[in-house]
Amino acid sequence: MRLQAAAVKLGYGERTVVDGLDLVVEPGTVTAIIGPNGCGKSTLLRALGRLLKPRGGEVLLDGKRIDRIPTREVAKVLGLLPQAPTAPEGLTVADLVVRGRHPHQTWYRQWSSDDEAAVSEALAMTGLADLAERPLDELSGGQRQRAWISMALAQGTDLLLLDEPTTFLDLAHQVEVLELVRRLHQAADRTIVMVLHDLNLAARYADRLVAMREGRVIIAGAPHEVLTEELLREVFELDAKVITDPVAGTPLVIPIGPHR
Amino acid sequence: MGATAVAPRSHTLRHRRLLLLTVLLGAVCVTVVLSVTVGSRPVPPADAWQALTAPAGTESHIIVRSLRVPRTVLGVLAGLALGVAGALMQGHTRNPLADPGLLGVTQGAAFAMVASIILLGAQSLLAYIWFGLAGALIASVGVFALGMVGGRGGPTPVTLALAGTAVSAFLYALTSAIVLLDEQAMDVFRFWQAGSIAARGPDVVWQVLPFVVAGLVLAMVNAPGLNALSLGEDVARGLGQRIGLTRGVGVAAVTLLTGAAVAACGSLAFVGLIVPHLARSLSGTDHRWLLPYSGLIGVALLLLADVIGRVVAPPGELEVGVVLALLGAPFFVALVRRRKPVRL
Repeated sequence: MRLQAAAVKLGYGERTVVDGLDLVVEPGTVTAIIGPNGCGKSTLLRALGRLLKPRGGEVLLDGKRIDRIPTREVAKVLGLLPQAPTAPEGLTVADLVVRGRHPHQTWYRQWSSDDEAAVSEALAMTGLADLAERPLDELSGGQRQRAWISMALAQGTDLLLLDEPTTFLDLAHQVEVLELVRRLHQAADRTIVMVLHDLNLAARYADRLVAMREGRVIIAGAPHEVLTEELLREVFELDAKVITDPVAGTPLVIPIGPHR
Repeated sequence: MGATAVAPRSHTLRHRRLLLLTVLLGAVCVTVVLSVTVGSRPVPPADAWQALTAPAGTESHIIVRSLRVPRTVLGVLAGLALGVAGALMQGHTRNPLADPGLLGVTQGAAFAMVASIILLGAQSLLAYIWFGLAGALIASVGVFALGMVGGRGGPTPVTLALAGTAVSAFLYALTSAIVLLDEQAMDVFRFWQAGSIAARGPDVVWQVLPFVVAGLVLAMVNAPGLNALSLGEDVARGLGQRIGLTRGVGVAAVTLLTGAAVAACGSLAFVGLIVPHLARSLSGTDHRWLLPYSGLIGVALLLLADVIGRVVAPPGELEVGVVLALLGAPFFVALVRRRKPVRL
């Protein structure tokens, strides 16, 4: 167990979004957090990535409170990608990926052969080596997202948190990005936690689903345990039929209509 | 494939950047020579060199040593300071139209100077400059504190800009009230507001030098953190950067640099605004290169404008601040029109 939330209470300003939530991220798995809009899934991911300090409870990384570990040390084992990040205009893919090495650099030693190798590997892994010199703004949405993931990869962490990595992408690019996530997992046994909206893609690409509603985890488990018609009614207020995906063998949700 | 694709790239890029740095250093040297030799009394470079190495007490040697050299050195310091401060400011606010005065530094310096005249009876240029520096520091700390109140867990670019604008407007109103009431304050303020590096003397150079040096060191320390911050606060935190600390160091650097420059030279419009754009078109978005490029271009631009001011209206001179504003405004319009404003 590397990353864990224990009875965390999270919120912004006056509002409490998550109250008393427990979650254990199993090492070497791909976990997808699903749930309706505003259920607190992104908030939970931010807390796991120490972007948001819990008001109660704690987030533990390797058994230690994450906010007590120097943030640079955390950055060497845990990488994260927020939703729809923006880069300065004209930044090239290579420049972006190089910045993933930030936690490994000091101001007097800015570049090492380790950095070089990590950047090359990240570019190769995401299939962007040929686009390295292109400015980010000139890429397609899917390529751009791959570039950001490549930056997180260059960081060289076993743990990766991705907040809706497929937002604003068309279906083909969503699949492209999630295939990359799967490769990352399989190639280096990385532990990945992501927030996803598309239930069918979540079922296909994650080992474990965590279904949230109103700041609580309703159920966590393998896709076929979580994605049931009963759960869809309870969590998403959706009447749906769940069949087996004829391609991947994972559950496939066919929506019928809002549950009344 | 990846390793061979990236390795030569980083080397050629590095070479290109070092080459550009050398070219800019060369440009600075040329403007320094111009600044020492050109004026209402031209001094040939050989004679100027002799004035520095083997002064003979001739009139031209005295001019070079007591007027031209301090003026040039002050121009170098102010150009470095404003160029670097402008790039820092635009980087931290992610706003291409931000200038170093955004933190209330310029108005803080102006207010402290005129206030020192009517309240404390300050008389000498050196005294004004000390008060100007103090005013710049206090205004900036005030703006930072105000910006902190508004932001969640530290000042954000937006709260900083709002606080800076509010504090600047308030101080400007106070300054205006004072100069309307007091004639001596009015004279000093007018002299200062025009913006000039002339008639300051070596003591002023020594007075602001430590602030500029400290500001430049902080700026270079800030550069890698600013690179991370330019990807957004969440990404920067994910990369292990401490946001509050990075912003604090950045604000301190901008304050020291801008405070020193405006206290000694008055308001020098457009340097901090335009120079980073020029530098960025050469260096790209990496602040480790953008900051030195901005500093050098700032020096070249400031000295060039000063030299132009000496020759356009003989026998008189045009203040460098006026020349910069006259050159800078159309230049800035052209810059904005040529390309759409850059997103930072």
